[in-house]
Amino acid sequence: MTISIIKNSHFWFFSSAAQGTMSILEMVLIALVYLGVFSVAGLFLVLLERRIAAWFQLRVGPNRVGFQGLLQTMADALKLVSKELTGTVKADMFLYNLAPYFVIVSSLMALSVLPFTKELQAFDINIGIFFLIAISSIGVIGILLGGWSSNNKFALIGAMRSGVQTISYELSVGLSLLTMILLTGTLQLSEIIEVQKEGWLIVQGHIPAIIAFMIFMISGTAETNRAPFDMVEAESELGAGFHTEYSGMKFAYFFLAEFINMFIIAAIAAIMFFGGWLSPFGITESIPWLGVFWFLGKTLVLVFLMMWFRWTFPRLRVDQLLTLEWKYLLPINLVNIVLMALMVWLNLIIKV
Amino acid sequence: MEGTTKNSNFKTEEYQINMGPQHPATHGVLRLLLTIDGEIIKKVEPDLGYIHRSIEKMCERDSYQQIVHLTDRMDYLSSNINNEAVCLAVENALELEIPDRVKVIRTIIGELTRISSHCLWWGVMGMDVGALSTFFYGFRDREMINDIFEETCGARLTMNYNVPGGLMLDLHPNFVKRVKKFVTHFKTKIPEYDRLLTGNVIFQKRTKGVGILTKEDAISFGASGPVARASGYSCDVRKHHPYSALDKVTFNEALLTEGDTFARYQVRIQELWESLSIIEQLIDNIPEGEHRVKTNAVIKLPKGEFYQKVETARGELGVYIISKGTKNPYRLKFRSPGFSNLSLLNHIAVGGKIGDLVAIMATIDLVIPDIDR
Amino acid sequence: MTNNTLQDLIGNWFPNPEKEVFIEPVTNKISESNIEASKSINSSLLEFSQEASQFLNITVQPEQFYALMHLLKTDEQTQFDYLFCLSGVDWGEEVGVVYHLESTVHRHMIVVKVNASNRENPILDSVFDIWATAEFHEREVFDFFGIKFKNHPNLKRLFLTDDWDGFPLRKDYVDTINMIVK
Repeated sequence: MTISIIKNSHFWFFSSAAQGTMSILEMVLIALVYLGVFSVAGLFLVLLERRIAAWFQLRVGPNRVGFQGLLQTMADALKLVSKELTGTVKADMFLYNLAPYFVIVSSLMALSVLPFTKELQAFDINIGIFFLIAISSIGVIGILLGGWSSNNKFALIGAMRSGVQTISYELSVGLSLLTMILLTGTLQLSEIIEVQKEGWLIVQGHIPAIIAFMIFMISGTAETNRAPFDMVEAESELGAGFHTEYSGMKFAYFFLAEFINMFIIAAIAAIMFFGGWLSPFGITESIPWLGVFWFLGKTLVLVFLMMWFRWTFPRLRVDQLLTLEWKYLLPINLVNIVLMALMVWLNLIIKV
Repeated sequence: MEGTTKNSNFKTEEYQINMGPQHPATHGVLRLLLTIDGEIIKKVEPDLGYIHRSIEKMCERDSYQQIVHLTDRMDYLSSNINNEAVCLAVENALELEIPDRVKVIRTIIGELTRISSHCLWWGVMGMDVGALSTFFYGFRDREMINDIFEETCGARLTMNYNVPGGLMLDLHPNFVKRVKKFVTHFKTKIPEYDRLLTGNVIFQKRTKGVGILTKEDAISFGASGPVARASGYSCDVRKHHPYSALDKVTFNEALLTEGDTFARYQVRIQELWESLSIIEQLIDNIPEGEHRVKTNAVIKLPKGEFYQKVETARGELGVYIISKGTKNPYRLKFRSPGFSNLSLLNHIAVGGKIGDLVAIMATIDLVIPDIDR
Repeated sequence: MTNNTLQDLIGNWFPNPEKEVFIEPVTNKISESNIEASKSINSSLLEFSQEASQFLNITVQPEQFYALMHLLKTDEQTQFDYLFCLSGVDWGEEVGVVYHLESTVHRHMIVVKVNASNRENPILDSVFDIWATAEFHEREVFDFFGIKFKNHPNLKRLFLTDDWDGFPLRKDYVDTINMIVK
């Protein structure tokens, strides 16, 4: 039903008045809807993390504000908005103010290409997955700028570590996704999901796909600077890392961006490995709008997995982190690509 | 690698960073001045005195019963054992005959204190290396011990249950039952701790081979407690100079030879098992008798010097009393285990990384009020 | 080793030169006064005492102090390699330091006491190069008693701030602001 509303409004927009203005208006409207939905979604992810963390730690977590604590992050957001924006005197003001926008804008841009169900996708370009990886690389600039412009030794160390970590693990993310592209033969996200109607890619690709999935989860967690790779913002060491000097709304941007990044990594994994909005064995094929729930469900399971990692494992030291990437994950990735290429050539794919 | 740094045009500078008095990883108010070059530590200089309360000067004006109350503010995690140290020093000086019941109860409560301190240490160790959930698991078990203490001794942290001459009050009737229940519960928990942290690959990589302390260095730096035992120096005061009921129980001293952070960790986990074993040997046969021997209201030690050593959760605590026959000591010196263990820090952390420093400090297990007195 | 054997062994390391003079055979007849005089002077420069303490106490003069400590650690039969307590004491007229030593090999313990000759400006030798733990302990003694240690690598105040006036644990310390109320 929702699809028909969108199709109808789409038609209505185009039929009235000049096409140019209307398409711009349509884009602005969709952008605002996304902005609204995902800022709120970011807040709920924070609450989810706090409840899950409390469950692991034998506690309850926030459950007072609103029903079961649902309004907790609203309250936190209101508090953050009303906080004084402290800044250091010697900080480079222009870059200091610019840095948070890099991270939040890159996260929100990446959301635009995610397919929620059959026809519900804001931006279906033919280089879908490539676009996603490219956009998430822009976030690094924000981190480095934030650390450097704060004029603070600790922030600078944190930013440098984070920069090194992110650019190293981007390689693994890209290569593990490349392994799956060999199976699909296309970069366009909606096409990738079409291919998976014959069985999810993790089933189609069996062994190399499972290895690629594990590497993707590890590198994805490292990309977003989450534990066990959160040496950058290790609270028990050097203050709060690159966002030490930020407070109020700008800090909220960094914080939200981390959670939205986590959602994006999980979403990419759900699309590339687990069939996106397709239901297992096609049971609800006939009801297309249920695809949203399947997609969100799969993404949230992977988000839960990432939160589980965070609250269980100790941290890796910075040099151990980089050794893991350059000496272990990268070679395994390269071998895996060759393996997958062999499989596709010899047609050893499992089709359901 | 050395060739590149000598010939390269890029010189790295050392800079100084404060791991300031308020810091999540320094277990109290300790300021460390770190001189680092990139990520490598060149020098660690502790700056003490943030919680110095002149306890030794106060002891020169207090009576011996009052001094006992000052001791448990020093190393507040082994407060019962600190109290026991001063009480034993006074009782040995006066040559009082302490009933067996008192000795056995003192040992049981001392071992329970040791377990409680190690539970907190384990929780904080996990938290320092990044596994934040271990904090809650460690504290959950510590709560059970705190509840037992609250019922019998009246307080959860600074107990003052030991007085010169015996115990302040007799045991609560529920004590034996609750301790037995705790022992059976905790025996299922230590394997859980092992599964969560000890067997974890990331944890082992963070701690194995890090901060190695050789046996000669341990002896020269005056290390004691689990820090020294992990390097191979057998220094358990409970074995070499037993006090209270410790000569009646059999237990093994946890000794390892590697001397790295992982060895210090394993020594403490082993000590948990040993303490449970000591409690089990004693809890069923607490002898009947008086819980307190009558002393004068004003205790005057004879002229002379007295030294008493006990094994706290951190190491060897020494109480050195010089008395001139009056009701206050002429000089009372506390030899605190943390003070000597802290002097090791510069020696073993140099050359490692900042992440290693945090892991090393977690296993040296410093409690700063113990050092600053 | 028992306290008496230790006393004999260590006493022989520092024989008293004044005693030597009386042992020379001057006359064939040894008079009563000579024997009594020779008994009253110690055969060693060190003073031993076992009363009022559970350990053997050695009191040494500052001149022989460092040599004694070095021998106590390096000699095979004593091997006191663990310094477990270093305390400063203000005895009233003098200030001094008390060292408690233990041997990890033979497991015997001993106490060494040394007093500084000058109360206003006390200086003693540092034993930091013999036992590394002495570094921090000597800083603490300097902080509270004002005893300076020669050859110490970093002798500055440890607990109190650098500009603190006076030495708190001395008996004649008066501080009207931070006083310990009697």
